[in-house]
Amino acid sequence: MSAEAGSTSSRDVARVALVLVSHSRDLAAGAAELAGQMAPGVLLLPVGGLPDGQLGTDFDGIERAFATATADGRSAVVVMDLGSAVLTAESVLDLADEELAARVRLADAPFVEGAVAAAVTAHGGAGLDSVLAAAEGAGRMYAGPDGDGEAEPGAGAPGDAPAEPPADDGVVRETRTLLNPMGLHARPAAVIARMLAAYDAKVTVNGVSAASVLALMKLGATQGTELRIEGEGPQAAEAVRVFTTEVERGFGEI
Amino acid sequence: MSVDVAWAIEWVRRSAQTVAEHRDELVELDRQIGDGDHGENLDRGFRAVVTKLDALEEQPAQIGDVLKLVATTLMSTVGGAAGPLYGTAYLRAAKATAAAELDSAGVVALIEAALDGIVARGKATTGEKTMVDAWSPAAEAAVAAADGGGSPADVLAAAAQAAARGAESTIPIAATKGRASYLGERSVGHLDPGARSTQLLLAEAAAAAGA
Repeated sequence: MSAEAGSTSSRDVARVALVLVSHSRDLAAGAAELAGQMAPGVLLLPVGGLPDGQLGTDFDGIERAFATATADGRSAVVVMDLGSAVLTAESVLDLADEELAARVRLADAPFVEGAVAAAVTAHGGAGLDSVLAAAEGAGRMYAGPDGDGEAEPGAGAPGDAPAEPPADDGVVRETRTLLNPMGLHARPAAVIARMLAAYDAKVTVNGVSAASVLALMKLGATQGTELRIEGEGPQAAEAVRVFTTEVERGFGEI
Repeated sequence: MSVDVAWAIEWVRRSAQTVAEHRDELVELDRQIGDGDHGENLDRGFRAVVTKLDALEEQPAQIGDVLKLVATTLMSTVGGAAGPLYGTAYLRAAKATAAAELDSAGVVALIEAALDGIVARGKATTGEKTMVDAWSPAAEAAVAAADGGGSPADVLAAAAQAAARGAESTIPIAATKGRASYLGERSVGHLDPGARSTQLLLAEAAAAAGA
């Protein structure tokens, strides 16, 4: 199931690999498949169930996955499901040599959402701390409508005029209508997040961070929705331009 | 009988035996408030431990060597939460018992280290309906017995008796840690399987010392 190198684009395999530890072989494999679809350049290592296929946590399997994940200078973020998956991963880490342990982080994150968020962030070339933060941030998505903590203060106020490039406040603003029949679902959301990772700019869509696949999906934007795109930072103009171009072409889906 | 390497081996063999004998009981207890795998998992783990013990060409020099073998084997073969929890307990206990024989203070150190390991790994405290509810009173009773001048075997006996009472004490508790915590109030009235297995293992520690 590991989606190693070369399956897409010109990007190198990401610097951060993911280890997905579940009680269930199917659950681990399924989460890897889901995350891999949005982040084909990331090494994803599912460790699910016991070697004989029964439900449980495989200590030796986790140990091997940590070794593979951290080979070739990579570091690794680990996402786990229920209790013993966490306890076993912690135990493996306790017994691992320090050099390896220093490059592995256990994410306090919901299994599926954490895996997807971490994978997309890793695919964008982010470092260990950012990938860990993406995984753990995925849990806060459930805190409520304003609980994602990613909205810019004041952003998304109703009635923003679709102003042309840099306003006095240095923010690049554009408004486009979403054309995709299926709305802003997982694939286009991942396209946006990945694309923007290449730019030194902070971009929001209707007030939520465009770097977060989950935040984008949570907008629930359907066909015809107005997208208010705002960018700040040195490459804001370029970032907003490629973004609007993608919206106009329906993310290749129309 | 002194608490030495032969005792440690005897303890491990007796542990495997008692876990096999109580396998179905542990499965049933765990089925009531957990995922039903505790008996099967522990049985698989201890069988693997005995296989490794049988394969040793010579008797280990220190009690810690025996306990470390138990720790690493349980961790890699149990497959449930009991693997890392008992694994860490035996591992910490192994570090505290780098000796060929233990005096009463040494037995206390073994039990306290095991408790510390379980608390560190499971982040549980007493009253949450976990194995800590058996290990914690066992450690307290061990300290009291050693302070009272008891022999190493007396210390083990006191710990075993306290673990049994501790296990019983989990019955009226609503679980707030571990898989049973998903059941909340519905876990009331059930004996915690981890506390029960702790009771069984410590009973054999005492029995192996002739207590």
